[in-house]
Amino acid sequence: MTGPLLEVTDLMKHYPVRAGVLRRQVGTVHAVDGVSFSVGVGETLGLVGESGCGKSTVARSVLRLVEPTSGQIRLDGEDITHLSKTELRPHRRSMQIVFQDPFASLNPRMTAGDIVGEPLAVHGLGAGKALEARVEKLFEQVGLRPDQMRNFPHQFSGGQRQRICIARALALDPRLIVCDEPVSALDVSIQAQVINLLIDLQKQHGFSYLFIAHDLAVVAHISHRVAVMYLGRIVEIAGKDELFRNPRHPYTQALLASVPVANPLAKKLAPLVDGDVPSPVNPPPGCAFHTRCRFAMERCRTERPVLMDAGDGHQVACLLNEGTGRSA
Amino acid sequence: MTDTSNLVLEVKNLKTVFFTNSGLFKAVDDVSFTVSRGETLAIVGESGCGKSVTALSLMRLVPDPPGRIVGGSVTLEGSDLLALNEAGMRKIRGNRISMIFQEPMTSLNPVMRIGDQIVEAVRLHRNVSSKEAQTIAVEMLRLVRIPEPVRRAREYPHQLSGGMRQRAMIAMALACRPALLIADEPTTALDVTIQAQILALILDLQKELGTGLVLITHDLGVVAQTAQRVIVMYAGRKVEEASVEALFAAPKHPYTRGLMASIPAVPASGVAAQERLNEIPGTVPSLVRLPPGCAFAPRCKLAIKRCEAEYPPLADWGGGHLAACWRAAEVAEVA
Repeated sequence: MTGPLLEVTDLMKHYPVRAGVLRRQVGTVHAVDGVSFSVGVGETLGLVGESGCGKSTVARSVLRLVEPTSGQIRLDGEDITHLSKTELRPHRRSMQIVFQDPFASLNPRMTAGDIVGEPLAVHGLGAGKALEARVEKLFEQVGLRPDQMRNFPHQFSGGQRQRICIARALALDPRLIVCDEPVSALDVSIQAQVINLLIDLQKQHGFSYLFIAHDLAVVAHISHRVAVMYLGRIVEIAGKDELFRNPRHPYTQALLASVPVANPLAKKLAPLVDGDVPSPVNPPPGCAFHTRCRFAMERCRTERPVLMDAGDGHQVACLLNEGTGRSA
Repeated sequence: MTDTSNLVLEVKNLKTVFFTNSGLFKAVDDVSFTVSRGETLAIVGESGCGKSVTALSLMRLVPDPPGRIVGGSVTLEGSDLLALNEAGMRKIRGNRISMIFQEPMTSLNPVMRIGDQIVEAVRLHRNVSSKEAQTIAVEMLRLVRIPEPVRRAREYPHQLSGGMRQRAMIAMALACRPALLIADEPTTALDVTIQAQILALILDLQKELGTGLVLITHDLGVVAQTAQRVIVMYAGRKVEEASVEALFAAPKHPYTRGLMASIPAVPASGVAAQERLNEIPGTVPSLVRLPPGCAFAPRCKLAIKRCEAEYPPLADWGGGHLAACWRAAEVAEVA
């Protein structure tokens, strides 16, 4: 196979806003507003953005956990956007997800072993002793002891719970694992353990990650390529090195500059953007970022920039970057 | 080393314990520190290390039962807060010492207008008319750079964004010009661009008003960018204290060093593809079953027999750099 594992084209997800006794639609939340990207085999694509930018909706649409309004999702070249539930079932095996909150995503009444074994049982891939042996192996792979299989989720720490979630995702030998903020709820020292585990597992199994996070530093460590989202759109996408060395979109620049550096000699905490993210109910016309952008021109208010190639697989949606021009 | 005439807060041997079904645990165990006028002291540590309970102890807001402050003293501008009765404490709280919390939505009253909430705080402590208090409230909202403060004062918390709510909280906390402001993870719930705005605002106002600031955070980046001095806590104890420059240049405690090594950094000039992070093995121990010696010993690469048996005292390594580790001298060489 030569093509990318996952290919998303012009994905849109709109939610109606209803109000009043008649529940009439009074507006539309443009949660995801035309997003295209691809994830190669064995590759990690980081998706970063602030709350409400639509990154989680992208994750859930890719897995068809929410139905996209329009657009196309191709897995291994096959269009899965409109498959029915039964048709989708075999594909579900190759796509798994790890959620942010390991406290909310594990059934408190099931033992850890049952949780990890459930996907196998559901897909009829094992029972009895064989199933148990497989679960044991999964536990070892994620750094848990097989004797912990009998324990319930509340007997595990946050980091261990996230390991259970990862083991459950691994159970079906997926080709793509969507990680939705998998380390945000964890302490710093535990965060590093889980990130390392994810990196190691990918090296062993060769699956791909769609890795969603708001923390740029975390994304920088685990990704091969990074896409930056703002108000439902991808504003910049590039190889990791290229993006961090040479951010071209003013929003990416502001995002990078806002991260407090753990070095007291490099004091620089100067906010590059004022104000708040506008509401996705009525996103500003033109470039959605123009209301907070230092470089906004008249055209930015009316013309919606599209992702354009800036060389080396670096794409950016900003009018300042037309041609070879660079911002700042 | 700090000028005592400028001292706002002095905490000595603070001990706060919780009585629970699974036993007694020491949430804050023998913690001492000081804060001067206009100074920022950061308290860092992971969840359960006792940093928030320390803050609540200073405010005398530890829920009792199950918690109780069982020892030490908290001296604010010369008066011992632990000796005050509840009425006396209420006069100080929100007036001389105030606090902002992590989640502004849960700490603001959802059915009260923003302006009225500030008015309430002002009129509780200052002898002003309702009209004057209204003016002060609007002034405070302007001070925290909320656009259109007159209109915003009439709005309810749900009408404000997360960043704006936190600004309103700051306005309320500073309305009576307290000597000490405690900020408990003030930006953890906020997006990174908003975090930068809020931190810059807190520091600006602190400089302008000369408030002492205790900033509680888990983010070493935030510490480096805001604090003058830092306390590192682990399992209820202060394990290291230093000026921010000294701490980041040469951490003495293996825990601090491990923490610094495990944070992923935004690469200034790119990193190699998928770099493994340094991890601290294991997890934070349960406060109910703490080992007799150093609580970090089970996770520490440098641990020796002595670490498991005896708790190391805080030793001064020069210039007020304190560390509680038997092997602090070797930390720099090994790592």
